[in-house]
Amino acid sequence: MNQRINPSSQPTPVAERQRAAGAVHARTSGGDRLRSWLDHHREMWRESWRRFFAAPMSSGMTALVIAIALALPAALQLGLTNFQRAVAGWDGQPQISVFLHKRAKESVVMDYADQLRADPLVAGVTYISPEQALAEFQQASGLGDALVGMESNPLPAVLLVRPAGSDSAALESLAARLRESALTDSVVLDMAWVQRLAQLTELGRRMSAGLAFLLALGVLLVVVNSIRLHIENRREEILVVKLVGATDAFVRRPFLYTGLVYGLVGGLIAWLLVSVGVWLLAGPVSGLANLYGSGFRLDGPGITYFLGLAGGAALLGLIGAWLAVARHISAIQPR
Amino acid sequence: MIKFDNVNKRYESGQDALGRVSLEIGRAEMVFLTGHSGAGKSTLLKLLTAIERPTRGSIIVAGQNLNRLRNGQIPYYRRNLGIVFQNHQLLFDRSVFDNVALPLAVAGCSKREVGRRVRAALDKVGLLHKEKQNPIVLSGGEQQRVGIARAVVNKPALLVADEPTGNLDPKLSEEIMQLFRQFNAVGTTVLIASHDLELIARMRQRVLTLQQGQLIYDGYPSREPAY
Repeated sequence: MNQRINPSSQPTPVAERQRAAGAVHARTSGGDRLRSWLDHHREMWRESWRRFFAAPMSSGMTALVIAIALALPAALQLGLTNFQRAVAGWDGQPQISVFLHKRAKESVVMDYADQLRADPLVAGVTYISPEQALAEFQQASGLGDALVGMESNPLPAVLLVRPAGSDSAALESLAARLRESALTDSVVLDMAWVQRLAQLTELGRRMSAGLAFLLALGVLLVVVNSIRLHIENRREEILVVKLVGATDAFVRRPFLYTGLVYGLVGGLIAWLLVSVGVWLLAGPVSGLANLYGSGFRLDGPGITYFLGLAGGAALLGLIGAWLAVARHISAIQPR
Repeated sequence: MIKFDNVNKRYESGQDALGRVSLEIGRAEMVFLTGHSGAGKSTLLKLLTAIERPTRGSIIVAGQNLNRLRNGQIPYYRRNLGIVFQNHQLLFDRSVFDNVALPLAVAGCSKREVGRRVRAALDKVGLLHKEKQNPIVLSGGEQQRVGIARAVVNKPALLVADEPTGNLDPKLSEEIMQLFRQFNAVGTTVLIASHDLELIARMRQRVLTLQQGQLIYDGYPSREPAY
């Protein structure tokens, strides 16, 4: 290559010069370009990590802000999931308790129960005799001693009716029919608390979704701002690469990867925060569960949870970087 | 290689930077562009490097009409240009090698190819032994040579230089000019904007002179350039 450059040589004939000019034109093959494109991605990925750790204070703080903003809704979500699991045994199936008159004869009650079982609205009927009720009460409440002094069993016989459907109008009409029976003293539709629980869970879910939305917006803004600063800091470099023929995609790439890295690290820290929180709460929660005679254990943030959190955070970082880049890079043009 | 046809450039401020400029530069020519500051040299170079677009008239470079260049095509157009800046525009956060490699990285060259071409370019400007250094430790003349190496590393058909010797003493300026002459000798079209009239006179090449946006001289000054 060097021998072609010879300042002291005779003037080259024009034709030969032109051929030379044609030949020296830079060319890159398609395969090369693809490989180099992948190389550039890999390099930008590595470089974003390098840049991240080159300024550990500022990038660390940005990542921490992202992490805290993500950890809040993530923890709430995890709490809700655990709560739902804890109450899963209490299925949403309503139950109607029919308290019978104390003087109702057992044989009549049994007939009535059979009659109810034939009803298409009824899925099943359980008969609890006054003796059974008393035994259960003594066992469950720990107030057995108080009842010993009583002359007679104060508890009535109960029919537990499981309705076939959970349609509230049908339930009400069934309850009304049960109430009309001469044997019935009172009817309690054990549905209100299940409904309340469901409503509360739903409320919690919506609040956590709203919170997650707002905080995700906050994460986006944090990333947009950080990337904007990065772009400003590298303004000169952007100008130079644009002048030597960099496409917008080439200029964008490092910043997109930086956003991705911010998101990933933020997600990782958020996961750590939630994990530590779960670890701190696990003891008291299982103690509480034991007191209630339940084997419930707090579910920690597992691998899917981690992947979801990190993936979501990375996506937020990427979107934030996109927003910043779309706004600011086109504004930097050679003058 | 370059053809300006009645090119007019009016900036948004209403200032006419170039008025009806027509000129033609052949392949493998070496041409100096001169004129006082504000005469339109920079505007002409900006039009040539697609930084600005002409208000009227057409510019054709290597058979490509710049008026019809879409924004997305500009990067690809610039890859066939070598641009040398007065303040060399080197990046001080990376080595000499990486600075020179920039146009190749942008164009998507393979690693091996990049190494080969960067070393060839650095060898041409005589700085092969400094490839690992940061350009900030180099002297002004060396920095400009790195800038030139970066401009020629992708073997452009057209080399454009804006006051390449602006901050250099006469001896270094002479060396830089010799470099441009070498690239011209192998078929590269070279256009150099400069106000160093003595240097231009010594080079004995074609000279274009702009004054208030008009082309007032185009020719080979025999002894003294017309100014």
